[in-house]
Amino acid sequence: MKNTDIAAPDYFHKVVDCQWACPAHTPVPEYIRLIAEGRYSDAYMINWKSNVFPGILGRTCDRPCEPACRRVRVEDEPVAICRLKRVAADYKDDITARLPKQATRKNGKRIALIGGGPASLTVARDLAPLGYDCTVFDGDPKAGGMIRTQIPKFRLPDSVIDEETGYILGLGITFKGGTRIDSLKALLADGYDAVFVGSGAPRGRDLDIPGRQEGAANIHIGIDWLSSVSFGHISKIGKRVIVLGGGNTAMDCCRSARRLGGEDVKVIVRSGFEEMKASPWEKEDAMHEGIPILNYMVPKAFTHENGKLTGVTFEKVKAVKDDKGRRKLVPTGEPDEHVPCDDVLVAVGQENSFPWIERDIGIAFDDWGMPKVDPVTFRSTHPLVFFGGDAAFGPKNIIWAVAHGHEAAVSIDKMLNGEDIAERPLPAVTLVSQKMGIHEWSYDNAVALDERYKVPQRDKAVALKDIKAEVELGFDVKLALGEAGRCLNCDVETVFTPSLCIECDACVDICPMDCITFTENGEEADLRTRLNAPAPNTTQALYVQNGLKTGRVMVKDEDVCLHCSLCAERCPTGAWDMQKFFLEMTHAGPSCRHHARSAA
Amino acid sequence: MTYLAKPKFHHPDLPKNALGFTHRDYEGSVSTLCAGCGHDSITGALIQTFFELSIEPHRVAKISGIGCSSKTPTYFLGNSHGFNSVHGRMPSVLTGANLANRDLIYLGVSGDGDSASIGFGQFAHAIRRGVNMTYIVENNGVYGLTKGQFSATADRGSKSKRGVTNTDNSIDLVAIALQLGATYVARSFSGDKQQLVPILKGAIEHKGAAFIDVISPCIAFNNHAGSTKSFDYVREHNEAVNRLDFISGRAPIEINYDPGTVQIVEQHDGSKLALRKIDADYDVNDRTAAMGFLQRHAAGGQIVTGLLYVESEASDLHTHLSTVERPLNQLGEQDLCPGSTALAKINAALR
Repeated sequence: MKNTDIAAPDYFHKVVDCQWACPAHTPVPEYIRLIAEGRYSDAYMINWKSNVFPGILGRTCDRPCEPACRRVRVEDEPVAICRLKRVAADYKDDITARLPKQATRKNGKRIALIGGGPASLTVARDLAPLGYDCTVFDGDPKAGGMIRTQIPKFRLPDSVIDEETGYILGLGITFKGGTRIDSLKALLADGYDAVFVGSGAPRGRDLDIPGRQEGAANIHIGIDWLSSVSFGHISKIGKRVIVLGGGNTAMDCCRSARRLGGEDVKVIVRSGFEEMKASPWEKEDAMHEGIPILNYMVPKAFTHENGKLTGVTFEKVKAVKDDKGRRKLVPTGEPDEHVPCDDVLVAVGQENSFPWIERDIGIAFDDWGMPKVDPVTFRSTHPLVFFGGDAAFGPKNIIWAVAHGHEAAVSIDKMLNGEDIAERPLPAVTLVSQKMGIHEWSYDNAVALDERYKVPQRDKAVALKDIKAEVELGFDVKLALGEAGRCLNCDVETVFTPSLCIECDACVDICPMDCITFTENGEEADLRTRLNAPAPNTTQALYVQNGLKTGRVMVKDEDVCLHCSLCAERCPTGAWDMQKFFLEMTHAGPSCRHHARSAA
Repeated sequence: MTYLAKPKFHHPDLPKNALGFTHRDYEGSVSTLCAGCGHDSITGALIQTFFELSIEPHRVAKISGIGCSSKTPTYFLGNSHGFNSVHGRMPSVLTGANLANRDLIYLGVSGDGDSASIGFGQFAHAIRRGVNMTYIVENNGVYGLTKGQFSATADRGSKSKRGVTNTDNSIDLVAIALQLGATYVARSFSGDKQQLVPILKGAIEHKGAAFIDVISPCIAFNNHAGSTKSFDYVREHNEAVNRLDFISGRAPIEINYDPGTVQIVEQHDGSKLALRKIDADYDVNDRTAAMGFLQRHAAGGQIVTGLLYVESEASDLHTHLSTVERPLNQLGEQDLCPGSTALAKINAALR
């Protein structure tokens, strides 16, 4: 294998699994260390810069970072990254003075943002301080989009949404609430310099089976029902409720129903429990509230009597693999099961819907009715129109919308500065030694086995009575410190200098994970079989350095490295050093532009 | 040294031996020696050796004297027996323990100061008696704990860290061990575990006095230009006579060797040593030839390593003394005082 190039930003970025997995690439270990130090405001600002909605995401994020966490591979449960983010938001001081200032000089460019959800707000936040004149349009009176309308208040109180959308709107952005855009053509005719579409995936999929019309009064589309609950238009539901669907919306529906008079609430899914789209912790929360999840039942018909819904009939199925290995649901042959109920909530998916975009204005759509959007620049086939969030590639989640928003803002900023938007800015990267003295490192390098800490919850009886009572109470300072201590500091990297190495094997002997091997070089597949411990995880890199006196190479399997610094502690010559890798994505602004980079 | 304890974490796919232990189960507490010390590599090799041989730690007795090397038994086999004796007195403590309980595996850990200076006489007599043990000298040619004076194994003409040239002749412990009748003699290098581990395995399974001289660079006081025990010097002047593959138990030999290149030595317990010859003329069973070979190469500045001599039908002190099979410490009053009838018989035999 060739020498590993650690100067390439991606190399160590991939070692910081959580940051790599995060669509917005938030520097997770950095803010967790700040939380451990009690520097909550600093931790919040790192988050705010990167993911814009720390308080909101700290309660609702889909957490792609957590399954990626190295603790999963070396122990069991990941660090509670998401809930630590909330700690930063809960315990910070007033940070308003640290927010960007309103632009004193406008640059004369006008940007229209359609939809007041996370994607649009991210674009506006990135562009407004640069002097862009941003106008956000939303059909609802207040900003937030699906964050406000679809996430139940017992998971995310309004106060948090008001605070964090307020920080953005306070940057001198015009918010036009209650203004639904009916024609993109008309909007473009207003002469905006760029238009960003962040209108989400606002249409809930329906279930067209017999009895749908007859039982209509008691059959509700999940996301519409949630938003009616959110706005207070709906305040009760029947005693027996069936929720159809296995995603996170279904989990929000069933838990909301439980709080509005539903006593016998069931979630029923077509496929298996394991295959459900809902996050494991959301399923857990639902079951904790006494909501059973029944699986392998396909709805066949809504039953009704005298024009009133009486229940749903299900066909029982099982999963089999066909000869091509594809999973298929086939009937088990058992008799159909009838489940009586008063109300049904249909949460079987969301769709995009763009009736307000004229098809003759230069925006191409694919066969599924989705706009053709460049996955890097987020530009549509119309040079001035950009898409992001669920509107771009269908339903995902908040953190993806934020990531899209940042990239779209970069594109808009580059375009309006006359640059090629296909040329993307590199992230800003630093790599700095953490050695403070003999046996002294600037981070807490003592690692120990430690089980994940549980987030305290409100008493169930109390929580189920009040739909606005937040269920999770958040970590207190002590629990937060314990949980933050579980972070392995994967951003403090082991950096090896072969010219200093005397091949004494001290690092090999001390490494608790047997990550380090000195051996003859070879191809990667061959090397992986010759290391001191098995290295079957090919998604994790081998760090290879040659230039040793014996002609061997140093090979380190990054997979399960604890970043404990013992190799550097035991190294007599300083060939190993622990260096902190800090990566920040480049957002819109002078540093994303070409001429600024070449001048530097 | 390191102030951090080694974390309890281990690799999720760590191999287990026949006893269900991982190599982590053979560790001791974290080393307090200087970072990069050759002795720590020997510790690592011993951990690997006992793990791969699937030896229960409680069947091992580690006995040492005084010095950097003699501290190392704390850093491996945390669950075995240990005795940190007086300076240079490891051999007599080991001999006593071995006589009292012949069932344990005896590991004598010593250094060049402990064995070639203050304990030179003790070393000689334990070897001479053929005590069943593995006697390891972690040889760095320098008194590390007192900041780098030449030890008795420092080569004449080599330079100290301060630039002083050694004018005394050195003691070659391997040559002495051969001369005194050790039945398994080897030299290796702390920086070459691939060579050291099979040599250790062979020694542990050897019934008789096994002596291993391990060159182990002192990172703080003897790893400079002019030293003959530095990493660089040993790597440049290492003259390995053979490579050993250890085959434990009575397992058939499954490795294919080119005929004529390999010599199989079967030991007392049925384990086999497969020696891949590097020097075609070297005969591992010829004690006097080995001694000559060593002296010729030492004169040329070469460090001869590998398994240098082995006697496959070796015997030990217990055989020489015709002691009973049962360890002496397990004999009860009935065995030790067989009564007046037995005494009368003995007395009658002496009349």
